[in-house]
Amino acid sequence: MKVSIDDLHKAFESRVRLGIMSALAVNEGLDFTSLKDFLDVTDGNLATHIKKLEKESFIEVEKSFIDNKPNTTYYMTQEGKKAFEEHLNVLEEIIKSQKKKSN
Amino acid sequence: MKEEQDYIQDLAEIRSMMERSSKFLSLSGMAGIMAGIYALTGAYIAYIVFNFNPDGISYSSFDSSSLSAIIFLAISVLVLALGTAIILSWKKALKRSERAWNSTSKRMIATMAIPLAAGGIFILILLSKGLIGLIAPSTLLFYGLALYNASKFTFDDLKLLGLIQMGLGLTSAWFVEYGLLLWALGFGMVHIIYGIYMHLKYER
Repeated sequence: MKVSIDDLHKAFESRVRLGIMSALAVNEGLDFTSLKDFLDVTDGNLATHIKKLEKESFIEVEKSFIDNKPNTTYYMTQEGKKAFEEHLNVLEEIIKSQKKKSN
Repeated sequence: MKEEQDYIQDLAEIRSMMERSSKFLSLSGMAGIMAGIYALTGAYIAYIVFNFNPDGISYSSFDSSSLSAIIFLAISVLVLALGTAIILSWKKALKRSERAWNSTSKRMIATMAIPLAAGGIFILILLSKGLIGLIAPSTLLFYGLALYNASKFTFDDLKLLGLIQMGLGLTSAWFVEYGLLLWALGFGMVHIIYGIYMHLKYER
């Protein structure tokens, strides 16, 4: 398989977005506060990155109320799962091919 | 453009995030050692001071007036062990700049709480029916089930600890006369050995 840097999805350029996708890949769903704790970023920063991923329809949002307080839970979509897995494969391939070159 | 180093770093962070967001890794090994010491002390007091050593399922020769003291002793050991585990894990989480009360620790506690609650109620039923000899085996058995369950959301090593406790619980249900001894072995010695192992493996 021939891969190049161009195959890397632009949405995953940011470490924060990569982090959001990694956390959602192993959890059924996470709320805003949990994501914020894991990533150690500000509210505004996280919201911006979440919006970008939502635009790509890689994640979906479910709004509900817990004890009359609004609660937002984020899930990874099928599309997001696929894109994330492809991204991991491309990363691996790039590292492998560069190792070969340096040998 | 990103360098190779960046991609390696990307992969490392993906892996760390997947682990951090699905497993509670601030569980303290030191807390295991302390819990073991409390359990050994408790078992010793029960045996020496209250002469408590069930020889059969209904343990008829036992002076029932000291039963409430034994129950108080058992609850004290439980509260001490839990308190130490919470404080030490909280400290460890702080050191790892993680929150102790996060979505993974909540899930871990919830998976433990359900078998433990069932066990607790079962033990109350045994008590009310006077089946004192089966209490020590039941605590081991349900504790083992809880640990086995919780291992999905924390260190995998907890699975083996759970299996050992279950094994000891079943053994002591068969050999009721060794109940207190096996209880001290499981909650005391096994906890101490496990705590030292975890401390050396993850906390140095």
